[in-house]
Order: sequence, then C-alpha cells, then structure tokens
Amino acid sequence: MTQETPLWEVFIRPRNGLSHRHCGSVHAADEVLALQAARDVYTRRGEGLSIWVVRSDQITASDPQTKDETFEPTASKIYRHPTFYEIPDEVGNM
Amino acid sequence: MYSQGLIGADSSTTESEEFLAAFQARIDREEKIEPNDPMPEGYRRTLVRQIGQHAHSEIVGMLPEGNWITRAPTLRRKAALLAKVQDEGGHGLYLYSAAETLGVSRDQMTEELLAGKAKYSSIFNYPTLTWADIGTIGWLVDGAAIMNQIPLCRCSFGPYARAMIRVCKEESFHQRQGYEIVMTLAKGTPEQKRMAQDSLDRWWWPSLMMFGPSDSDSVHSEQSMTWKIKRFSNDDLRQKFIDATVPQAEYLGLKVPDPDLRFNEETGHYEHGEIDWDEFWRVVKGGGKMNRDRIADRKKAWDDGAWVREAALAHAEKRRARQEATLEAAE
Ligand SMILES: [Fe+2]
Ligand SMILES: [Fe+2]
Repeated sequence: MTQETPLWEVFIRPRNGLSHRHCGSVHAADEVLALQAARDVYTRRGEGLSIWVVRSDQITASDPQTKDETFEPTASKIYRHPTFYEIPDEVGNM
Repeated sequence: MYSQGLIGADSSTTESEEFLAAFQARIDREEKIEPNDPMPEGYRRTLVRQIGQHAHSEIVGMLPEGNWITRAPTLRRKAALLAKVQDEGGHGLYLYSAAETLGVSRDQMTEELLAGKAKYSSIFNYPTLTWADIGTIGWLVDGAAIMNQIPLCRCSFGPYARAMIRVCKEESFHQRQGYEIVMTLAKGTPEQKRMAQDSLDRWWWPSLMMFGPSDSDSVHSEQSMTWKIKRFSNDDLRQKFIDATVPQAEYLGLKVPDPDLRFNEETGHYEHGEIDWDEFWRVVKGGGKMNRDRIADRKKAWDDGAWVREAALAHAEKRRARQEATLEAAE
C-alpha cells in the first residue's frame, strides 16, 4: 500500500453571525485540495459561506476518561451562578 | 441509501458486567456516545461493520445509476441524475468519515471492498436495463433507504446519527425525481407504461429485501436494538415501506407484482406474499447478476485514479519542502 492521503477536519460557518462548526472530515493531499473536497462534500446546497480545514493529526483533544475531573468545577462552584445570591424581590429584576 | 439490515456483524463482547451496565445506562438515558468515549468492543465492531457497509452501499450505488447519465432522455433529467449520483458519492464520504472516528482507516475499508470481503446492499447487484429503472430506483430504492435512515438519525453513536441527518435532508429529492420519471412514463404511450410496469416488476421484491432478513432470522438485531444503534426491526421497517408505497403505485396505475398482496382493514396494514430469501442470500453472498461487474468497476476506478493520488501527494510534498527552504533562507 502506498502512503495514505491525510485526513482533514472540516468546519463550516453556515452564515455570518454564527461560528464555524465541525461537520466531518475529508481526505486530501494538501490544504488546497482539502478545501475543494470540503466544498464538494459538505456544501452542495448552500450549507455555508466559509470553510476551515485543519489536519486531523494537528488537533489535541481532552481525554474523555478524565472528564469528571476536568469539568468538575462547573458543578461544585455554584457561587459562579447568579441564582446563588439572594436579592429581595423589591429590588426588581437584576 | 442504503444500509441493509446489517449482515453478519459479531456483537459479542468481553467487558466486565459493571462496564457493560454503565454503558447501557448511558444508552438508556439517551446519551449519545462519541468516538473517544469508553465503549464495549462489540459495540465498536458492530458500528464499524454497519457504517462501513452503509458507506460501501452509497458508493457502489452510484454505478447502476451512473450507467444511465449519458443516456438520460433530456437535459433536465441528466442534470438531476448527475446531482443525485453526486449526492450518493457525498453520502458515502460522510459515512466513511463517521466510520473513521472509530479507528478504522479509509484505505482499510476501501481494500476490503475491492477484495470483495465487505458487504454492501444487495439491491445494487441487479442491472439497470431501461431508463424506467432510473425512475424506479429513485422511487423504491431511495424510498426504502429513507425508511431505513430516518430512525438512524437517532442512533446512539453521535457521528453516525449526524451523518444520517445530512443524508436524510438530501434523500427526498432523490425519491421525488425518481417518482416523477415513473409518473411521466406511466402517463405516456402504452409502450412507456409497459416499460414502467416491467421496471416495477423487477425492482419490487429486491426493494423489499433491502430491509434485510426477517426478524426471526436476524441474529444480531436484538443487541443492536438494545444498544440503540437501530430503533426498529427489519420487518417493521419493511411494513412501513409497503404501506407507504402501494398507494403510490396505485396512483400511477401500476400493479405491484405480488398476487398475495392485500389490505387488512382491521390492522390498517398491507399483507404481502412470501419473500424469496434464497435469492436474497444468493445475491448478498455474491451470486447476483452484477456482483462481479460492480467490484470490477470500483477496482478499475481506484486503480485508474492511483496516479492522481500519487501526483497530488508528491506535489504537496514538493510544496512543503519549498516552503521550508524559503523559511530557512529567511532565518
Ligand atoms: Fe444515499
Ligand atoms: Fe439517495
């Protein structure tokens, strides 16, 4: 088997005002071909106005096995949320 | 399309009871499973197999229709057929990309297909003999695909479910353009109408077989249901398809080629005659009319494209080296 064509992750901005969103991947020899392939595969019906491609092996991801430790503070630090603080109703909306 | 009721995946798994119970609890809470999450080996294996078969079916499915692109009767039909076949190529690519998140490589999957080891939907091993077949395929084959794929949008494996949502958005056009072709023929000259009927006669039963073996013979179905990879049994989906399609044939004035077909007033469902499962297994196992041609065509396309892939990689490498040299010179 010859060398494998690299894998690229594809991100698309559906329209201005929204951020780019991951939608899948394509194989391509370089970034120029990756953009072309991404356009053909993922935007045949006006799904986007802008495409990013990133080589898949360039992405570093958090480990799902450690997600409890990594994301724990969101649950224990409840004082980060507005509802933690008692404000009398008379004060009005705050 | 086109995932057939999965053919021959081994869902056996060796993890501890606790691990399996914790995994099942996530599934039961309708949590999606993402690629790097812990999962039973059997779950991963079943999905690699199913998504792979599904992807191969999309790609091989381009062949019987591609066969008619140059002979489409009008420019309108040709443009539609080209767009449809291109969509099917896209479906294959979304699915390969979903399978790759499970650690199987594209080249591995391609090799398996070209070696004749991977399965794909039996429907594509039937020949497209007339233009009417292009209409019938859109109507019945894509119609069956839609029935199969809609519940897969809720599959427990995230990347597969997301790929299915994209696919389902595109399938409706496929079915409608097919039905329109058949409708034009059915309302045309007696000869055209005969052509439409002949096509329905040949594709009806193979379309029913697309849902896979009967529930009683479908070995791995239950585990797939428990893991929420699939949501309905093969027979349930087949029934839905028949109930939806028979009235569409009646509207066209065409006759479904099943002498035992009848509407049961009490259940509100159609009852159908016996499906020829011997034929199904023969075609799945490589004995269909077109099995050899399909794989040979895929292999030829792959081999003929080798120089393009090699040239693109060589070009990318050259550009990278040149960029590096420029950077070094600048330092
Ligand atoms: Fe498709
Ligand atoms: Fe389709």
